Amino acid sequence: MSAHLSYGRVNLNILREAARKELREFLDKCGGSKAIVWDEYLTGPFGLIAQYSLLKEHEVEKMFTLKGGRLPAADVKNIIFFVRPRLELMDIIAENVISEDKMHSPRDFHMLFVPRRSMLCEQRLKEQGVLGSFINIDEYILDLIPYDGDLLSMEDMHIDTTHECYLESDQTSLYHTAKGLMTLQALYGTIPQIFGKGECARHVANMMLRMKREFAGSQTQILPVFDSLLLLDRNVDLLTPLATQLTYEGLIDEVYGITNGYVKLPPEKFSAQKKQGEAGKDLPTEPKKMQLNSAEELYAEIRDKNFNGVGAALSKKAKIISAAFEERHSAKTVGEIKQFVSQLPHMQAARSSLANHTSIAELIKDITTSEAFFDNLTVEQEFMTGVDTDKVNTYIEDCIAQKDPLIKILRLVCMQSVCNNGLKQKLLDYYKREILQTYGYEHMLTLNNLEKTGLLKPQTSTRNNYPTIRKTLKLWMEDANEQNPNDISYVYSGYAPLSIRLTQVLARPGWRSIEEVLKMLPGPHFEERQQLPAGLHKKRQQGENRTTLVFFLGGVTYAEIAALRFLSQMEDGGTEYIIATTKLINGTSWIKSLMDRPEAQS
Amino acid sequence: MWASLASHLAYHVTTVINSVCVCVCVCVCVCVCVCVCVCVCVYRKIELYEMGWSLRDGLKECLVAAAPYGGPIALLRQPQRPSSSARPQLEIYSSSGANMASFPWKSGPVRQLGWTVCDDLLCIQEDGTVLIYDLFGAFKRHFSMGNEVVQNQVLEAKVFHSPYGTGVAIVTGASRFTLATNIDDLKLRRLPEVPGLQGAPSCWVVLTQDRQTKVLLANGVDLYILDNTSCTPVVRQTQTTYSLLCLIILALSPLTVCVFQTPPGLSPQACSIVNMAVSFSYKYLALFTDSGHLWMGSANLKDKLSEVDTKVRTPPKQMVWCRRPKSQQPSVVIMWDRLLLVAGECTDTIQYTLDEESVCVAELDGVRIIGGSRHELLQEVPSACQDIFKIASMAPGALLLEAHKEYEKSSQKADEYLREIKEQSVLGEAVRQCVEAAGYEHEPETQKTLLRAASFGKCFLSNYPPEPFVSMCRDLKVLNSVREYTVGIPLTHTQYKQMTVQVLIDRLVYRKLYPLAIEICRYLKTPEYQGVSRVLKHWACCKVQQKEEPDESIAHAVSVKLGEAAGISYSEIAARAYECGRTELAIKLLEFEPRSGEQVPLLLKMKRSQLALSKAIESGDTDLVYTVVTYLKNEMNRGDFFMTLRNQPVALSLYRQFCKHQEQDTLKDLFNQDDDHQELGNFYVKASYKEKKLEARLSLLQSAVDEYNKAKNEFAAKATEEEMKLLRFQRRLDEEKGEALLGLSLQETLHALLTSNFHKQAEQLYRDFRVPDKRYWWLKLTALAEKDDWEEMEKFAKSKKSPIGYLPFVEVCVKQHNKYEAKKYVSKVTPEQKVKAHLAIGDLEGAAEAAIERRSEGEISTVLSRCSPTTDRALLERLNRARSTAAKK
Repeated sequence: MSAHLSYGRVNLNILREAARKELREFLDKCGGSKAIVWDEYLTGPFGLIAQYSLLKEHEVEKMFTLKGGRLPAADVKNIIFFVRPRLELMDIIAENVISEDKMHSPRDFHMLFVPRRSMLCEQRLKEQGVLGSFINIDEYILDLIPYDGDLLSMEDMHIDTTHECYLESDQTSLYHTAKGLMTLQALYGTIPQIFGKGECARHVANMMLRMKREFAGSQTQILPVFDSLLLLDRNVDLLTPLATQLTYEGLIDEVYGITNGYVKLPPEKFSAQKKQGEAGKDLPTEPKKMQLNSAEELYAEIRDKNFNGVGAALSKKAKIISAAFEERHSAKTVGEIKQFVSQLPHMQAARSSLANHTSIAELIKDITTSEAFFDNLTVEQEFMTGVDTDKVNTYIEDCIAQKDPLIKILRLVCMQSVCNNGLKQKLLDYYKREILQTYGYEHMLTLNNLEKTGLLKPQTSTRNNYPTIRKTLKLWMEDANEQNPNDISYVYSGYAPLSIRLTQVLARPGWRSIEEVLKMLPGPHFEERQQLPAGLHKKRQQGENRTTLVFFLGGVTYAEIAALRFLSQMEDGGTEYIIATTKLINGTSWIKSLMDRPEAQS
Repeated sequence: MWASLASHLAYHVTTVINSVCVCVCVCVCVCVCVCVCVCVCVYRKIELYEMGWSLRDGLKECLVAAAPYGGPIALLRQPQRPSSSARPQLEIYSSSGANMASFPWKSGPVRQLGWTVCDDLLCIQEDGTVLIYDLFGAFKRHFSMGNEVVQNQVLEAKVFHSPYGTGVAIVTGASRFTLATNIDDLKLRRLPEVPGLQGAPSCWVVLTQDRQTKVLLANGVDLYILDNTSCTPVVRQTQTTYSLLCLIILALSPLTVCVFQTPPGLSPQACSIVNMAVSFSYKYLALFTDSGHLWMGSANLKDKLSEVDTKVRTPPKQMVWCRRPKSQQPSVVIMWDRLLLVAGECTDTIQYTLDEESVCVAELDGVRIIGGSRHELLQEVPSACQDIFKIASMAPGALLLEAHKEYEKSSQKADEYLREIKEQSVLGEAVRQCVEAAGYEHEPETQKTLLRAASFGKCFLSNYPPEPFVSMCRDLKVLNSVREYTVGIPLTHTQYKQMTVQVLIDRLVYRKLYPLAIEICRYLKTPEYQGVSRVLKHWACCKVQQKEEPDESIAHAVSVKLGEAAGISYSEIAARAYECGRTELAIKLLEFEPRSGEQVPLLLKMKRSQLALSKAIESGDTDLVYTVVTYLKNEMNRGDFFMTLRNQPVALSLYRQFCKHQEQDTLKDLFNQDDDHQELGNFYVKASYKEKKLEARLSLLQSAVDEYNKAKNEFAAKATEEEMKLLRFQRRLDEEKGEALLGLSLQETLHALLTSNFHKQAEQLYRDFRVPDKRYWWLKLTALAEKDDWEEMEKFAKSKKSPIGYLPFVEVCVKQHNKYEAKKYVSKVTPEQKVKAHLAIGDLEGAAEAAIERRSEGEISTVLSRCSPTTDRALLERLNRARSTAAKK
């Protein structure tokens, strides 16, 4: 189940195991049968830590979703609330507890705050007069959840980072990031070098250093696993998430959206795979839910490829598999047959995995070959190469006129603004007016939010420094090789994500070579060193790679992850990357989190 | 204060560090070791200390309590003649008899004294009040064993220890038992009534079994087990079988399922149980009957170990178990006025005469006997010691010791002995025995001899692991230093291992032996966090209570001494200072606290809320900031509160967040106070969406316009005005024409109007809102197509030159599945879009024509990709040719 977490350079299963241990300890603290009442948001991330079977082993008999009114009937001794520390949830819980008390059912209430307990919430429970009803109030520190062998995400458990942190300057999520990094260091040793770029990065680094001071003396004596940490503020690279991702995994996310490692796909394509007996009966109407991670061999192989290279990879794989199946004819001796049979389950799994991904690839291909997709991509690439970024774009105009989805429009307009270092006031007002008239005036607040974060902005200086940045960092590569990539730019078929370029340059030759550009990008850049206890200095073997943890504050896209994996695998790269983030995002989900009333936008 | 401690420290430094492996400690006590054998077990009585106290009448007429693990001794001396004027004297001594506290007892009559696991003294009074004192006789707190007790009085009380902490059990004048399992988390449990019990039972003990605390009591001939819910008599049935009386138990209570067995094999002549004792681990039970018989068995009454006739019929004064973990045989020590008797499994007993009033203290691995002048330890001699020191022993350890002795004398016999050991290849075993035996010896000289022998033996072994030897040397060094007369903690090695270093450090700290504690931590390399820092914290907590010293000097002393020690919680020290009423000192101390988060709660408690706020912000913990903000909000008036927030942007933005979700009105006030017109405008806009009534909505929007104007945000003001204009227009039209337009966007409104043939109104909106031509054309085009109003569309196309070109016309028609109409516009399309237009209507020929004409390679390819190789072969060839020529060019 979790084996894939331990294959990477850093065994992230340690983190998962630590989390599981803590969960078991809490459950054992409430003796007897239990029912868990879930804050719905938590079920996804928790699924990555523990399955229902673990809960069941610890006498969890029922699970409910947290909602107002009375709790569903359950013949259990303990009721445990698993919730995020949010005031509105406290009110619901109070309602639950009060109605339960009225029934005089002899139950023990417990509360587990995820990821951290909050005095504010406890105060609220006290005001509601139910704090005393809880036998246990505890916290379950779940900051960084392992999503894959090289990927950790906080999944914005506590707070929507993009919205709260960048719009409301609420630094809660940064505090949790720092705490999460401290937990990580407790398990994997102190990270000797910290680099960073951006306001938030600076803030997190400061908090980390402060926390280290605060906990001086209680450090664990662990040989550091990570050589360095790079904190990147999303604010530094606003462009990348706006662009359409062109890797396989990126496209799945763009089109269908991946949540907590799962994707829901339209069922039609998958119906044929059912067993023949059932096939005729009825077409499945439920979306097909698939888990996507490196535990699946084929997926691990193709996820980070440019979509144009996926077809070839799939057909190659198909040949290998059918050849493997053909071997049965050549198996003559009993021993050979036995060996063949022993491989059969693995081969069958591979075959069904291949069938699934062929179907997904077909679904996506229908979209990528459409004219709309092509036109959109053309405009994106024009912006990224700096073509006519200072003029009204007719494609955007046409899209507005045809009332294409607002988020698509916003992505494009923001992209134009970012690539032009702001739009001329007249142009900006024109776009804004077009959007308000077409989609409704209520979106004024959304536009306001985008302006606050700098995604949309009026051009203040006459000089547009984006071309300089693009040229210095080689953000555009004309001849991106999609099949056999030799540069990270393959993930966007030409555009090399700025964030990853910064990471790449940091590893070699170092940021000193790009001081000028760093100054143009928002926020400070810095380097800090953390003292290691004596005797824990790593002696590097000849040719041994460095391990860098790259932490994206404010989200990271799958294409960026793919680019980092590409860098890790480069033969002469010399650095392997582990990726951590506050949330896994794509342009759509990102813009959505910045909208004022996203629910109003269907 | 510290100066005196420092000199103390210097003394201990020499004690602890002056030898390489074993401390040469000048032991004040003289060890008198007499070994006596009973059955296969050998017992020895070691003198631990000559008591330093000078008691006029020994331990006569005293209530005595001595804590296990070499803990302190408390005495409550009753006045000779109870008169109203004379008060009893309470005295506290160390195990070596050094006085630690002494004061006249001014409260009510005391029934029982006892020690907690934290070395606090419990004084259980007749009225059920339990007073708690620390080691130095300072009163800490008190609690009561229940109201019922006040009337009925406590007849007897016992203090007991369990995994849950220290407990107290009492029996009242009404013959009822009350239990408190843990005095730090006081939960009184009144146990059920015992049938037929009048006054106190003849004897009773508290047992901890299966995580439950029970009372086992004897009332004359009857035995009962009392637990939370029931009282179970241990019934004896006088059924004789062969030679023994078989006793069967019936659980009479319907509530209990478990069936207790009577003590199996208790002799028939046993009639009344007069004393009982449980072992240190609650595993074994001993019963003493008035016939002088001693029954020993398991505490669950299931197995019998042995039965001994002591031939003494007087009820003993005290009875305790004496056994060590892994001992060969358990035994019981019974004490009468002048006699001490050790009874084991066989019928032989050992007798000692006592020449003074004494008290027995059960230990994990023996019994301590405290008398007026001496303090002794009675224990089974560990097998390692027996093997080595037994006369004419040929055990490997004994030979090794002998070999070493000869070696010291430079005698060649050393080699002979060694050879003998090596021939049997038991040298490893010999070393192990010597090391182990050293641990059991109290006399440093003996320890040294044994360890030297072990070290000598080790030289002849190539791969003997050094750890056991090294850690034994370390342990003994620590043990010798705490056994030292001035410290007076006579711990054995077994006890030390059970109690752990952490607890030992705690005990030293309770005794305010800070320098020794620190020295031990450093010597054992205990992580600072758990060791030195903890001791220093205790020291500091003690320091801040010294009322006579000024704040400044205390704060200075504390900071100098604690300095950069890791993991010091200054806030705890400050909290202690605050408890003592020294707020200023507390604030000074808090300044040293590196964890800002820790400072906040105390600062709030001390009403330094402003300071608390800035500390909370410093910590980065937003929850903490929220906490302080809520506190401030309740404490201050609104104006001051807002002003405070204004100076703290982080807090302000957090509070805004809070208000956004919880208190909208406050949010408005906040913006107002800051003259943040932009946000106020947004606030009104947001409010307008929640408003159902149009008039109210308009007036909110008007407020928004005003605010935007003040904020000089022309665009927003204008857009909002437009919005109002649109709303008014929609309402008018809804009223006049019965349309349902309200709430639609401008685009949607126009679309609705166009599809419902309100062209005039649409035109008006188009002009009023200065809708760009392009968009308007698109809009009208789609609206007409959706209505299938092809005639109007054609007119529209001809009305003037289309600002969006004619390709959209083609596409929109195709979208409505009207290729016929679509064809009409293909010719009007610009040359660049010709191919696309032809393809849209499915005219491959036309597309090919256009593409070839334009000689565009890309376009030719596009057309090619649409051709099927079977039906369009001719076309394919033409296109391929054209492409190659285009490519050549």
